[in-house]
Amino acid sequence: MLLFACKRFVSLALTLVAASIVIFAVTNIVPGDPARVMLGLDASPQAVAALHRELGLDQPILMRYASWVGGLLSGNFGVSYTYKVPVSQLIGQRIWISLPLALYALSLSILVAFPAGVLSASRRNSARDVSIMGLTQLGIALPNFWFAMLLVLLFSITLHWFSAGGFPGWQAGFFPCMKALTLPAIALALPQASILARVLRSSLLDMLGEDFVRTARAKGLTRSQALRRHALRNALIPVLTIVGLQFSFLLAGAIIIENVFYLPGLGQLVFKAIAQRDLVVVQSVVVLLVLAVVLVTFLTDLAYAAADPRLRTRRR
Amino acid sequence: MSKPLLAVEHLDLSIGDRPVLRDVGLTLEAGEVLGIVGESGSGKSMTANAIMQLLPETAQWTGSIRLDGKALEGYDEARMCTVRGREIGMVFQEPMTALNPVRTIGDQVAETVRIHTDASRREARDIARETLNRVGLPEERFSLDRYPHDLSGGQRQRVVIAMAIVLKPKLLIADEPTTALDVTTQANILALLKRLVAEDGAGLVLITHDLAVMAGMADRIVVMRNGAIVEDGRTQTLFTTPHHPHTKALLEASTSAPAGKRQLETSAEILTVSGVVRDYALPRRSLFSPAASFCAVDHVSMALRRGENVGLVGESGCGKSTLVRTILGLDPLTTGSIEIGGLPFHAAGSKPDQALRRKVQVVFQDPYASFDPRHRVARLIGEPFHLLADAPRGKQRRERIAAALADVGLQPDDAERYIHEFSGGERQRIAIARALIIEPEIIVLDEAVSALDVSIRSRILDLLADLSRRRSIAYLFVSHDLSVVRAITDRIYVMQAGRIIEEGETERVFAEPRHAYTRSLIAATPDIERELAKSRRKAERAATP
Repeated sequence: MLLFACKRFVSLALTLVAASIVIFAVTNIVPGDPARVMLGLDASPQAVAALHRELGLDQPILMRYASWVGGLLSGNFGVSYTYKVPVSQLIGQRIWISLPLALYALSLSILVAFPAGVLSASRRNSARDVSIMGLTQLGIALPNFWFAMLLVLLFSITLHWFSAGGFPGWQAGFFPCMKALTLPAIALALPQASILARVLRSSLLDMLGEDFVRTARAKGLTRSQALRRHALRNALIPVLTIVGLQFSFLLAGAIIIENVFYLPGLGQLVFKAIAQRDLVVVQSVVVLLVLAVVLVTFLTDLAYAAADPRLRTRRR
Repeated sequence: MSKPLLAVEHLDLSIGDRPVLRDVGLTLEAGEVLGIVGESGSGKSMTANAIMQLLPETAQWTGSIRLDGKALEGYDEARMCTVRGREIGMVFQEPMTALNPVRTIGDQVAETVRIHTDASRREARDIARETLNRVGLPEERFSLDRYPHDLSGGQRQRVVIAMAIVLKPKLLIADEPTTALDVTTQANILALLKRLVAEDGAGLVLITHDLAVMAGMADRIVVMRNGAIVEDGRTQTLFTTPHHPHTKALLEASTSAPAGKRQLETSAEILTVSGVVRDYALPRRSLFSPAASFCAVDHVSMALRRGENVGLVGESGCGKSTLVRTILGLDPLTTGSIEIGGLPFHAAGSKPDQALRRKVQVVFQDPYASFDPRHRVARLIGEPFHLLADAPRGKQRRERIAAALADVGLQPDDAERYIHEFSGGERQRIAIARALIIEPEIIVLDEAVSALDVSIRSRILDLLADLSRRRSIAYLFVSHDLSVVRAITDRIYVMQAGRIIEEGETERVFAEPRHAYTRSLIAATPDIERELAKSRRKAERAATP
């Protein structure tokens, strides 16, 4: 198990190195000069050159890469061209919205998907199965920003249970913040829960056809006992893969929902930074997201090993 | 006469609209072994599933099933759950997949105890421990915390048996319990089942297509065909004086050797395997230790002559399949070389010679899995043509394919059909046609008839014998089934742990095996005559005071 974890860790580190090179190269190759964007279209060449010097853009590309990576390792992400504040500060403010939102949405997604998937699979083609699968089809098909607006109409405008958007800040206390994140989390969770429920259902149905489930039934387990005790854990591997992917997506991919609910999250930050050619911010946020994805993948791999003993031990 | 332990009467079963069982009736006394034989699709397993009431949702049945006087047909699903595992234990065919891979063996055996009794977790584990000891998995080597994936097939089957007998059920049903196992493992598992049933005074329903296994195990036998029982009787009587033509046919098919085993004049060597070694790297134990290697084939030399039938036998894991792969040029050699017709075909460090590849063709065990289901037969059979420099085209190609189909007893218009439209025996004929089409000199038959019913098997063996006579093709017959190998080969090689440990004329090896391992293999192979004689002697001893 330890060896398994070490191997995974080495591949994690290599992935990060490769990702940093790609990110740096891409942001430096895309057209658009940050100095020109900052100074406007009429800026004189002298002013642009001066700003280049100030930003360190006149240095050779390898030097810029080295100083950027060096900065990342020491926690110095550089200073935003447009906001004129350290990038770490910008990210620091926003990650405390994006991360809780992603975790909240993921928890909701899992909480809904597991019962839905199990209930569907346990009575295949029953009215229950057909209606759950119909709902998940709808959940995948509905655009989530539209669903978010429906939620706002119902719960904020008609019922006045939740505010329509904005974020009070964590100093306001845990519950007000969670309340502010509830509608966005539901909007984000709906398609994810639908996908997860379908994956779990089909994975469970595969497992229910396996010989060991028949063995369990021959031991006297009821249909649902056999499903819970024998099929479920075996069905988890594909589900874990999807959960890992969903978390990464939720962390970075919530731009639209953040906009609908006026949440100052990472998605908004990246979106604006790209529009303003604020390369330092873009690079740093993307590296952070890559780190998150790679870490989640690492954790997913460990979770596989926990779920399946065959991955833990290789030949005694 | 006492009430029978199990009495099935007028059992009719249909799945959807398809009738599966018709008027099945059988009885079993406590302490008795009842065998159910029949070909695949004859309804043997469905009979067992009906007794367990583990049937597909679309199944409908009528009739009566009485276990120890209780009418199971009146039981609902919840009540059946209290019968399964507690009063009826069941052992399945495929030990590799019958256990849950993510739970420990102790846990899985203890589960049967936990769901039927109010034993605590601790007590259930103690009972599981005792039972595993009882089925021959002693504490020192098989802790409760081991997972199924690091046990062998035979050991897994013992775990499955432990799960079935842990609560000492009155009835044990074993559905082809040893079909997937090697002969020596099979003999051990059968002996274990017999002992457990005797110790617990339980009844055993044993389902198998192997009549030789039946002869050694069953007190009484029922023969099934197309969902109905065609004959039943005591084992001795049934084997010595079968009445129903189907029983006679089954017996004949399982004992017959194809006609035409002939004396070969010594002809030229067509395949020469010299000093072949194949090592596999094992996963490293730690990051810094050198990778260990596993020698799957260890300095093997062998030869096939033109038109000769040669057997290669050994238990699973002995390296047979790896050796076959190297002979087919599918696996690289670590050292050694392989020649075909005196020309170098494959040597260590070099790729196999493509031009010689057409001389060796292969037929695998599972005729269904080895074909692409989306291709028509013509394309499947015509595939080896790509090995020829001047592959036939158009009309000529169609004629060659039609001729190959005719050779194996199929119709030319079968070329336009898909593989799922054929029965198991026909699929194996198609596999043979594919091997034949580019006129190879050697055909490797890797367990090619192991999955077939006895009557189909004997027809395929006749076909092979006929082809070999007409075309003087050499066969390398790879199998763990010694009775088949004995019936059709001229010479055999016995393989153990990667080495050839004995070789010689088939009859000589069977009559006077030199190596202890060969002797144990032969002794473990069920043989109808020997088993019947054994039980006759036992009966005589019991009769004389």
